[in-house]
Amino acid sequence: MTTSEKSLDADGLRARVADVLASHDPATADRLEFLRARFDAGLAWVHFPVGLGGLDAPRELQSVVDAEFAAAGAPDNNPRRIGIGLGMAAPTILKFGSEELKKRLLRPLWTGEEVWCQLFSEPGAGSDLAALATRAVPDGGDWIVNGQKVWTSSAHTAQWAILVTRTDPDVPKHRGMTYFVLDMTQPGVEVRPLRQITGEAEFNEVFLTDVRIPDAQRLGEVGAGWQVAQTTLMNERVAIGGNAQPREGGMVGKVAETWRERPELRTPELRDRLLALWAEAEAFRLAGSRLRQQLAVGQPGPEGSGMKLAFATVAQKLASLELEILDEDALRYDDWSMRRPELVDFTGREAGYRYLRSKGNSIEGGTSEVLRNIIAERVLGLPSEPRTDKDVAWKDLPR
Amino acid sequence: MTNADLLYSDVETDLRASVRDLLTDRCEPASLLARAESDEPYDRALWQTLAGELGAAGLAVPEELGGQGASLREVALVLEELGRSVAPVPFLGSAVLATSALLSCDTASTEVSDLLRRLASGEATGALAVPLSTMTDAAFPGDVTAAADGTLSGTVRSVADGTAADVFVVPATGPGGHGLYAVDAAAADVSAPVSFDLTRPIADVTFQGAAATRLAGPDHAPAAVSGALRTGAGLLASEQLGLAQWCLDETVEYLKGRYQFGRPVGSFQALKHRLADLWLELVGARAAARYAADTLARRDADAPVAVAVAQSYCAQTAVHAAEECIQLHGGIGMTWEHPAHLYLKRAKASQVAFGAPGRHRAVLGDLVDLPA
Repeated sequence: MTTSEKSLDADGLRARVADVLASHDPATADRLEFLRARFDAGLAWVHFPVGLGGLDAPRELQSVVDAEFAAAGAPDNNPRRIGIGLGMAAPTILKFGSEELKKRLLRPLWTGEEVWCQLFSEPGAGSDLAALATRAVPDGGDWIVNGQKVWTSSAHTAQWAILVTRTDPDVPKHRGMTYFVLDMTQPGVEVRPLRQITGEAEFNEVFLTDVRIPDAQRLGEVGAGWQVAQTTLMNERVAIGGNAQPREGGMVGKVAETWRERPELRTPELRDRLLALWAEAEAFRLAGSRLRQQLAVGQPGPEGSGMKLAFATVAQKLASLELEILDEDALRYDDWSMRRPELVDFTGREAGYRYLRSKGNSIEGGTSEVLRNIIAERVLGLPSEPRTDKDVAWKDLPR
Repeated sequence: MTNADLLYSDVETDLRASVRDLLTDRCEPASLLARAESDEPYDRALWQTLAGELGAAGLAVPEELGGQGASLREVALVLEELGRSVAPVPFLGSAVLATSALLSCDTASTEVSDLLRRLASGEATGALAVPLSTMTDAAFPGDVTAAADGTLSGTVRSVADGTAADVFVVPATGPGGHGLYAVDAAAADVSAPVSFDLTRPIADVTFQGAAATRLAGPDHAPAAVSGALRTGAGLLASEQLGLAQWCLDETVEYLKGRYQFGRPVGSFQALKHRLADLWLELVGARAAARYAADTLARRDADAPVAVAVAQSYCAQTAVHAAEECIQLHGGIGMTWEHPAHLYLKRAKASQVAFGAPGRHRAVLGDLVDLPA
C-alpha cells in the first residue's frame, strides 16, 4: 500500500508516521532533516492542506500523530519556542497568503528554522489596536513602512514578523489598515530590548524606518488589515488558557509546594486563603475540561471567552499570597539583572518573580478590562458604551 | 477525574425542560411571596406533580425499589431548576437527604425498602432529622437517644423541610450504639421557628418517647448519615448554581431595560464588568457543581474533594449573585415586592447549610495535603 492510499483515520495516520520513522531513524537522523521529512509527509499539522505540512485530515487526529512521534522518541519542533509562528502567523498565512507565500513560509515556520514575531501593539495603540499609526506608503511595487511597535516577544530572534500598518489615514480607523509579512533582516528594522518590572526583557520595541516590503508580502486586500488581524487574534486567545492542566498545575502547584515545604510559616488565616484559591483554581481547571468536552462534541460554549480572564485573576491572587506566606523571604529577590530569556515561564524562577510576572497576565493578549467588555457585550448581550470614534477619519481622532 | 463527564446529556437536557416548564407555570414570583407568609409555606400540589407525576423524587432510586433508576446527576439537574425558581418544595429534605440515607442502609430489609418506595413515589415526604447546618464531616449526631424499648427522645433544631415531612429519618444513639430510625411525623412534636429562608423553612423537631422503626444499626447508620450529608452538600452546589443563574439572568435583563442618564444602565462599563465577573464565577461554579454531581453519581474516590471544592466555591457564587442582583436592581431590589430577596435568603441560608465555606476549605486542606 502506498502512502497516498492510506486512509485519513487514526490507523492510516499511524501508518504514515511509521513510514517516516522507517526512512528517518529518530535516534540517528539530523533533527532538522527529520522535521522536514515529517512536514513533507503531511504530519506537521494534519488539518492543513496537502503540500503545506498537512493532509486535509480532521484536526483532532493531530494528537494521534504527536503521540506516535513522541513514543518513538522523535525530535519535536519545540512548539513553545515558536508559539507565535505556530499559533498566530501560520493560520493567518494559510487563510490570506498567496500560494507562493504559503510554500515559502510555512515549512521553515513549522520546523523552527525561522522564528516569527508579531508587530501589532504600539505605544499609542494597545487595547485600541485599530488606532495604530505605523504608516505604510506604496512605492512602485513595494511599500515603505515607518513607525514603532512594542511588546514584541522574540523580535530579537525572529526572521519574520506579521505586521499591521496604517495605509489610509483618511477613512475611519478600522478601514484604513493593511496586513503584511515582514522580513526582520531588512534594513531599517531596529530591535531594542524592553526591560520589564521583573528586571528581564522578554519583549522588545521595534523601530521601523523606511523599511521596504514587496507588495507580494501583503496578506489580504489593501485596507482589509483589521479583518486579517482578527484571524490572528482569535487564534491567540485560543492558545492562551486553552491547555489541559493536571490538578495543581500552574501557579497553584507552586504555592502548594511552598506550603508543604515550610510548615513553620503556616497560619490559619493564610491556610484559609490558600484553600479558597486552591478551590477556585480547581473550579477553573474543571471549567477548562468542560470547555474541551464541549468542543469535542461540537458544541463550543461561550465559556472560552472567560478562561484567560480567570487564569490571570487566579494566578495573580496566588502569586500575591505566596509572598505573604514566605514572610521574611519575600523581602528578597533572586536577580534583577537584565536578561533576555528565550522562553517565558510564568511559574519559573522564584516567588518574587512569579508575583511580578503575573501582573502581565491581565494585560498581555487582551487586557482583563477588554475581556470583560467582550463577555458583557457578546455573551450577556449588554449594550456597548456610546462610541465617538466609529465614523471619524483616523487622522482626525483625538490623541 | 479522567472519566468525569462535565456536560449535560440529552436526557438531562430533556429533564431540565420538563422541570422548567412545570416551574414556569406553577411557581411564579407573586405566588411565592404570597405563600411565604401564609400558613402553608410549601406548595404541596406542585410537590405532588414534581415528585409523583414527573418522578423527580425517585430519580436516583433503583427501579426495583420504586424509583426511576437514573443517577445523582439527574437529581442535581432538578436542583438547578429548583434553585432557579426557589420553589417551595421539600426536595432537598426528602428526595436528597432522607432518600440518600435510606439508600445507604440495607435495602433488602422491608422497613428500608418500604419507606424508600413511599418516598420515591411521592406518596410520603421524608426529612433527615439533623440540623441543616451540620457539616459533612461532623461526628454522628447526638441530639436524639434511643431507649432500650426502641423509642426515641431528644430535640433536633433547624431540620430542613421538617414541617413538610410525613416521616423523619432520625440518627439516634442507644444501648445498641448508633442507629438510624424512622418516626412518623404524628409521633413527633414539630414546630416552625421563623425561618431566614422563606422558601425552604426549617423545623424544630422534638421526640418524647416516640415510637420508631429501626432502619439501620451501628454497621450502616454512621455511613448513611455522613453519606447523605456529603451527597446533600455536593448536590446543593447545583441548586446554588441555578439560583445564581437566575440572579444573573434577571439582572442582565433589568439593566438592558433600565434607563438613567439617557442610556440603558447596562451600557456602563462599571456595571458590565461586575456582571462579566459574575458570569465568569458561574462558569467556574458550573464546572465544580457538575464535577461534584458526576463523582457522587459514580461513587468516584475523588468525590470528597469534589464536594469540598463545590461547597467552597458555589456557596459563595450564589451569595455573590444574589447580592449583586439586589444592588444592581437598585431600590426595587430592596423591596419586599420584588422576588430578589427570596433568592438572597435562600443563598445565604444555603451557604451555611452543611457547613459554611470556610469549614469545607478546612476539610479540603486535609484531603489535598495542605495541612494546618
